[in-house]
Amino acid sequence: MADASTSSHGDLKLTRITKSFGDFTAVDDMTLTIPQGSFFALLGPSGCGKTTTLRMIAGLEEPTAGSIHIGDTDITTKKPYQRPVNTVFQNYALFPHLSIFENVAFGLRRRGVKDVKEQVEKVLKLVELPHFADRKPTQLSGGQQQRIALARAIVNRPALLLLDEPLGALDLKLRRQMQIELKWIQTEVGLTFVHVTHDQEEAMTMADTIAVMNEGRIEQMGSPAELYESPCTAFVANFLGQSNLIRGKIESSDGESSVVQVNGQKISLLKSRNRSSTSSVLIGIRPEKIRIGLPEGLTSGNTLTGGIVSDVSFVGVSTQYVVEMPWKQDLMVFEQNDGGTPTLRAGDPVTLSWNEPFTFGLDGSEDVNAGAEMDGEA
Amino acid sequence: MNQAPIPTLPLGRRISRWFGRNIIRIYAVFGFTYLFIPVLYTFAFSFNNAGKSNLTWRGFTWSNWTNPCGAPEVCSALGNSIKIGLIATTVATIMGTLIAFAIGRHRFRGRTTTNLLIFLPMATPEVVLGASLLAMFLAFRINPGFWPTVIAHVMFSISFVVVTVKARIASLDPRLEQAAMDLYANEMETFKRVTLPLVMPGIAGAALLAFSLSFDDFIITNFNSGTLVTFPKFVYISAARGIPAQANVIGSSMFFLALFIVIAGQLVNRKKVR
Repeated sequence: MADASTSSHGDLKLTRITKSFGDFTAVDDMTLTIPQGSFFALLGPSGCGKTTTLRMIAGLEEPTAGSIHIGDTDITTKKPYQRPVNTVFQNYALFPHLSIFENVAFGLRRRGVKDVKEQVEKVLKLVELPHFADRKPTQLSGGQQQRIALARAIVNRPALLLLDEPLGALDLKLRRQMQIELKWIQTEVGLTFVHVTHDQEEAMTMADTIAVMNEGRIEQMGSPAELYESPCTAFVANFLGQSNLIRGKIESSDGESSVVQVNGQKISLLKSRNRSSTSSVLIGIRPEKIRIGLPEGLTSGNTLTGGIVSDVSFVGVSTQYVVEMPWKQDLMVFEQNDGGTPTLRAGDPVTLSWNEPFTFGLDGSEDVNAGAEMDGEA
Repeated sequence: MNQAPIPTLPLGRRISRWFGRNIIRIYAVFGFTYLFIPVLYTFAFSFNNAGKSNLTWRGFTWSNWTNPCGAPEVCSALGNSIKIGLIATTVATIMGTLIAFAIGRHRFRGRTTTNLLIFLPMATPEVVLGASLLAMFLAFRINPGFWPTVIAHVMFSISFVVVTVKARIASLDPRLEQAAMDLYANEMETFKRVTLPLVMPGIAGAALLAFSLSFDDFIITNFNSGTLVTFPKFVYISAARGIPAQANVIGSSMFFLALFIVIAGQLVNRKKVR
């Protein structure tokens, strides 16, 4: 049996991990290092291989190729009970025949820990359910079961805590609350959390580092802000938040920026934010970065003219516009409801403008819609 | 139609409406009466001050209940049935549970065939099973008696055990076992502390079923028991001369015991859920 306290030093390293089920490759030659103590999220649509990755780390699946290390210890072929890793399962998987106390004490008892009662009480206090020890799992609400599942895992102080869509079964309000609590608990106990989710908002709220997965590979890895502001593929740009991606061609370059020709209009793009190696480029701009105004009003920065408002929806904090451009592409614009701009109506002719550094450039051969409409499956 | 006041409906309509609303209740009353009149009759005649035969009512007495072994051979027959039932149940439950786990949890060559073959004894007429078992025992030069009866009972009970336990295993969330493994329980501990306790209600149900099948069996037993007398056999034999009232006492007791087990099980379950 692995002793969690001695092997808890070290990062999790996945080296060239591949997992195939028959002809289907769930995880494809993935290499990944997760630093100790971080809150790491594997984000992607269903079927992208994120859960398979998690199950290989937990020992519930064996990789077809590659190796998994925690620190210097190779755990690739170790049994689940030989790894200093604990999991919070998607539907919690609490033992229905055991009391909450015995559920939480399960791991401690198997490891022969002495002060079981003390430790269980402490962790139940941490998840704010100290008086539930004698109840059975079915007597608890979904949110409470979720916390017990978390308590049952972290009481073992694993080197690594895996969370498999832990908030998927909760309603929106409770999910928000648990997101904040999970983050707080992670800081409190200082364990490495690896969190699998398809919910980009959940990943962004909690994780220090996010790896966006697609078709068994990692598309991009970085902090939430990095991924959001500088996506490097159309998939990431569309899966994390929303993006306007417009096809263009680089016309000329000087010093720090290039001029991109977009359907007859000129857009300036910082060379450092351009991921395309050819002159064919996808211009990207986030909807909330765009200012919208009457044709004469806006001239500063990058501008696109000739738009017609085709839809307006008021969502409280902002107003969301759909603007049809002359080349028949709909662009999204989110405008803060701070009273700064007059409300526009469908049919109004508009000009869009934004600060030049907000523009990012992607490889022009990519699909504009990759990764769009793939989240929100729960 | 909401203007038409209900009290002015013609009598015929009102009666048919009443029937329409209560037909299921009426049907249920008839159904339960049909089911329980024989049981009630048996119970009532266990108090009969019977002479040679227990066919006509001759007055009330407690003596059958205070002296259930009063009739010759009735208690030795009951003892044989219980002994056979307990041994057969234990063996059939253990073997059937193991088979259920093999079929329910593992993929192996011949799994589908096994699945099908398990159903065969349930579909085969008992007369055929009993006769061929006897033929087999005689071919192996084993004389009919206690052990051949036990073997026969194990044989026909196993199928029922497998089916019952398999259903329970199928409803078991595999993630619970994964969670146990994840929480440092090895294969043996996972089985002992998670799998087995969760499948236990199914196994207990299967054991009860196996026991009642064994206790109840007449046809197969009659072929294979030789001179050994089990309780059903005793009742059958004495039917020719007149069944003693003690048989009613034992029959009623079995009924109330089964009822008690079912009610107790329900109560325990309800407490667990709450």
